[in-house]
Amino acid sequence: MTDSVFAIDNVLQQPEEFVQDVFAGDVPKPQVLWLTADLADDATGIMGHPLQALRIRYWERDGRSAWILEEIGKERPITTGIVVDNGKVDRVKVLIYRETRGQEVQYTFFTDQFKGAVLQSDRQLNRSIDTISGATLSVRALTKLARLALYLDHYVQSKKTGS
Amino acid sequence: MKYQKKLIWSAVAATAFATGSLAQAASMEDRVKNLEEQMNATTHAMESRSGGHGSGAGNTHIGGYGEMNYNNTHTDTPAGTATQRQIDMRRLVLFVGHDFTDAIRMYSELELEHSFFENGEGNGEIEVEQAYIEMDLNDHHRLKTGLFLVPVGILNETHEPDTFYGVERNPIETHIIPTTWWEGGVGLSGEIAPGWGYDVALTSGLNTARLGSPGNIREARQKLSKADANDYAVTGRIKFTGIPGTELAATAQNQSDIDQGASAEAVGATLVELHAVYNQGPFGLRALYAQWSLDGAVAAAAGNDKQDGFYIEPSYRINDQWGVFARYNQWDNSPNAVVDTQQEQIDVGANYWPHENVVFKADYADYSMGTSPANTERYAINLGVGWSFH
Repeated sequence: MTDSVFAIDNVLQQPEEFVQDVFAGDVPKPQVLWLTADLADDATGIMGHPLQALRIRYWERDGRSAWILEEIGKERPITTGIVVDNGKVDRVKVLIYRETRGQEVQYTFFTDQFKGAVLQSDRQLNRSIDTISGATLSVRALTKLARLALYLDHYVQSKKTGS
Repeated sequence: MKYQKKLIWSAVAATAFATGSLAQAASMEDRVKNLEEQMNATTHAMESRSGGHGSGAGNTHIGGYGEMNYNNTHTDTPAGTATQRQIDMRRLVLFVGHDFTDAIRMYSELELEHSFFENGEGNGEIEVEQAYIEMDLNDHHRLKTGLFLVPVGILNETHEPDTFYGVERNPIETHIIPTTWWEGGVGLSGEIAPGWGYDVALTSGLNTARLGSPGNIREARQKLSKADANDYAVTGRIKFTGIPGTELAATAQNQSDIDQGASAEAVGATLVELHAVYNQGPFGLRALYAQWSLDGAVAAAAGNDKQDGFYIEPSYRINDQWGVFARYNQWDNSPNAVVDTQQEQIDVGANYWPHENVVFKADYADYSMGTSPANTERYAINLGVGWSFH
């Protein structure tokens, strides 16, 4: 959501490269979503705390959006790339992992669980995400980010279509 | 956004044209650009300052947990029922961590148990359960030095009350594995392949010298308080978490003399522990087995040269707020003694989480022991509240 106050640690993929991958090199112009009061309240409900960011940068084309979001696992932010395609999670990828525990969340055997997940009306995912022992806090962080990305995607798509 | 910008510039241009001053329009454009830059800078500064990410400021992190329990224990005998009711602030804990650099950090855990003590009154204890420096050797391996939790069992390293079922910690990870168990030394941890973690530690060890018998493992913890360091312990653990919801782990620890050289006979001790955690959707299962083997004639004579126990705990998460569990525990701290000392405990209960880090617990525990007199029943109703934050 914002530049991390921590120096970059275990970088699995630079956010710019992630976005390049998502749009196969033809990256649309980044857009900025300002967190107005209503949006910020809803985001707070999903994350369980107010967001520190006042705006969120994202990339979108033809119903497919890419988000670079951050949430603390236990003590440090996990920078995560999330792609939403037609209202469904298409990809969750940990880009920078700074926690000293719970590294398992960066592997596809964990992140593949999100593929195809949609947001229900109660703003929960329509499926349960199996946790990883010893990495509960990181799992919770990524689950919240997936919910947030789906919510924000729904917001920007609704704005586009005027619905 | 583009449309809005065009509109603004049209208005600016129109105004400038109307006043007949293109120079003024240029100046207006500069001012809008300046304002845009200032707004971005202000926003960036606000986001960065509110940063700190976590409860502490900057590179210092705080967290903690607490739990208060109520036990209503009944012992029914032919002579009548004895009831003991107790309420206790089990523990209030403060975590403080500090990142000196990206690769060097300190982590500490300070705990007050039983709420109160003063001039020998009260049952309180202050404990430092963790205090170590951890250094990343690279992305996959890290070294810690100081006082840290022994890498064994399910609860020893993760015992925040909202993470487990049951008001009280399970008896196997109390009477066989002496949770909470910390030692001082050096430890190497990391992952050897995706989903495969390891820990190796060289630490201070147990000390049974002052107990008269080598059998009481729990009381042999020195808690790193001017601990006798004549004899060390070596601990190794391998852990698999490569399938979401699954953890399989095995730990072994060896100490060549747990009475720290106090007697002529070296009392070697080996702990082996295996556990599995399985969560699939709402279903959960925890199972753990642990066994001590103690050398020497004294332990053999007391029948506690082998001590072991296991538990199995199925659970079901009804929804985000409610979960129910049952647990069967069996253990024996003197299985080779003349009298039967095997103990069993059956627990059933529920957790209610109004928030993911706040839990209310209720359970029923039924106890039986090999030597229990006939027609004696012991059972308890337990209630608890707990929380944690990071």
